[in-house]
Amino acid sequence: MSPMISIAAVTKRYKSGLIALDSVDLDIARGEIFALLGPNGAGKTTLIGVVCGTVSMTSGRVLIDGHDVVHDFRAARRIVGLVPQEIALDIFTTVRKAATFSRGLFGRPPNPAFIEQLLRDLSLWDKRDTKIVELSGGMKRRVMIAKALSHEPDVLFLDEPTAGVDVNLRRDMWTLVRRLRGQGVTVILTTHYIEEAEEMADRVGVINNGRIVLVDEKAALMRKLGKRRLTLALQKPLPELPKELAGWPLELEDEGHRLSYRFDASAEDTGVPTLLRRLNEIGVDFKDLDTSTTTLEDIFVDLVGRAA
Amino acid sequence: MRPSRAVNLNGVWSIYRSELQRTQRTILQSVATPVITTALYFVVFGAAIGGRISLVSGVSYGAFIVPGLMMLSLLTQSISNASIGIYFPKFTGQIYELLSAPLSSTEAICAYVGAAATKSIGIGLVILITAALLVPVRIEHPFWMAAFLALTAIAFSLFGFIIGVWAKNFEQLAVIPALVVTPLTFLGGAFYSIDMLPPFWRGVSLFNPVVYLISGFRWSFYGQGDVSVAASLGFTALFIAICLAILTWIFRTGWRLKP
Repeated sequence: MSPMISIAAVTKRYKSGLIALDSVDLDIARGEIFALLGPNGAGKTTLIGVVCGTVSMTSGRVLIDGHDVVHDFRAARRIVGLVPQEIALDIFTTVRKAATFSRGLFGRPPNPAFIEQLLRDLSLWDKRDTKIVELSGGMKRRVMIAKALSHEPDVLFLDEPTAGVDVNLRRDMWTLVRRLRGQGVTVILTTHYIEEAEEMADRVGVINNGRIVLVDEKAALMRKLGKRRLTLALQKPLPELPKELAGWPLELEDEGHRLSYRFDASAEDTGVPTLLRRLNEIGVDFKDLDTSTTTLEDIFVDLVGRAA
Repeated sequence: MRPSRAVNLNGVWSIYRSELQRTQRTILQSVATPVITTALYFVVFGAAIGGRISLVSGVSYGAFIVPGLMMLSLLTQSISNASIGIYFPKFTGQIYELLSAPLSSTEAICAYVGAAATKSIGIGLVILITAALLVPVRIEHPFWMAAFLALTAIAFSLFGFIIGVWAKNFEQLAVIPALVVTPLTFLGGAFYSIDMLPPFWRGVSLFNPVVYLISGFRWSFYGQGDVSVAASLGFTALFIAICLAILTWIFRTGWRLKP
């Protein structure tokens, strides 16, 4: 099946000379949740802007459901909803009017029943006739989402959806994204929070300095790079690895006080029991042990650090 | 795949309606202010001073200034409505929605300029009604009166839209109407016939575009203008054409709308 979004050789050079996107290629599959990770200034928001039409690209091509975003912008934009990072609303209008306006702007005929359901789903129905100026920050963010979903888009862009929101709203947001996926909506989100990508995404892309440095299935990424690590605090420091342990993926740390072992947690045989038996046989005693999982965050820091 | 060309009427209508709703929220300021201002002009110029001024071109002074006063409001209201209409979303960041919407630049301009022109035409008519209660107004060419009213409102709403796109802050938004348009209107024969001026200043006045607008409009009321009707119409059409050319360029390049 053709991709929902196809980004080919997109470059964006700002007037200042800054190259925000450097020949980016990226395909987003239908119905997937794609997380775009990257540090501040990496080009996440610019990439979203180019796809949605708020930023003009210097060169390259973007197709949404086969429609060119420049030459066939009507067909392309009609199916896209955008929730930008910053809250930007007409604060003197009411919640319901704001959502109704957005639906019309995107070319859809009025549908009060749909708007009602949308506002109910976002816990905004009680506030439907409240002026936006009177809403809390979290509620305003919900209004932003309601506007983006008001025209029943097939693709939703969420730029930093949970930056600066409380735990409840973040949980609600995650629930919403899962529900949208259930309806077949393709969701692209940018985030700083690795846990968010880990929690929600099907695939993860890492962008840094305007280049996509990695794209992979989240599960595959975790498998490939997400090893577990066993750390043993030794009774007596070892000056070097005993030759009986040659060939094991072991490292001595902290001047020989710690021995660490990397292993694949999903493998049939992790090697841990064998290693512990072996250590016992050769008389290496330990007083404590600890295991940890490599998170997307470790992978991310590693990648960005390597690229920099 | 052939690009979709279907006009986004729902989108145009949404912007148009929302812009007029914005007016409803400030109905007092939008309607009461011009009515009171106009009534004051009539009291000061029409009744107090106008009583001492003889007939101008056979029309009482109070009635003579009606077309000029309507033009004064039409110009300032068209510019401020249209400029704020597009500047405000830029200022608050809401412009993202317009830029990401399946709406062509022509459709966006029709919606914003149409709403601004509608509002200023409404105010012009309110002033006309107010004036008719105070002085003997007559309209010799109602069709041309309506045409001048609509064309001027559209022309200056387009101009206001350009100012709104151009302005980077509220000062720039206010500076063109205050420093250029209001002086040109006052010097454009709103309160006098340029025939009353010494020959030198009459010549200078012919370089003032507003003279042509007020003259044509006054002709539609009383059958007499300072310049020919054709010149008035020609100028209005030229002004609209220039504004449309600038707007086409703005939307094609995204100038001051998107990075």
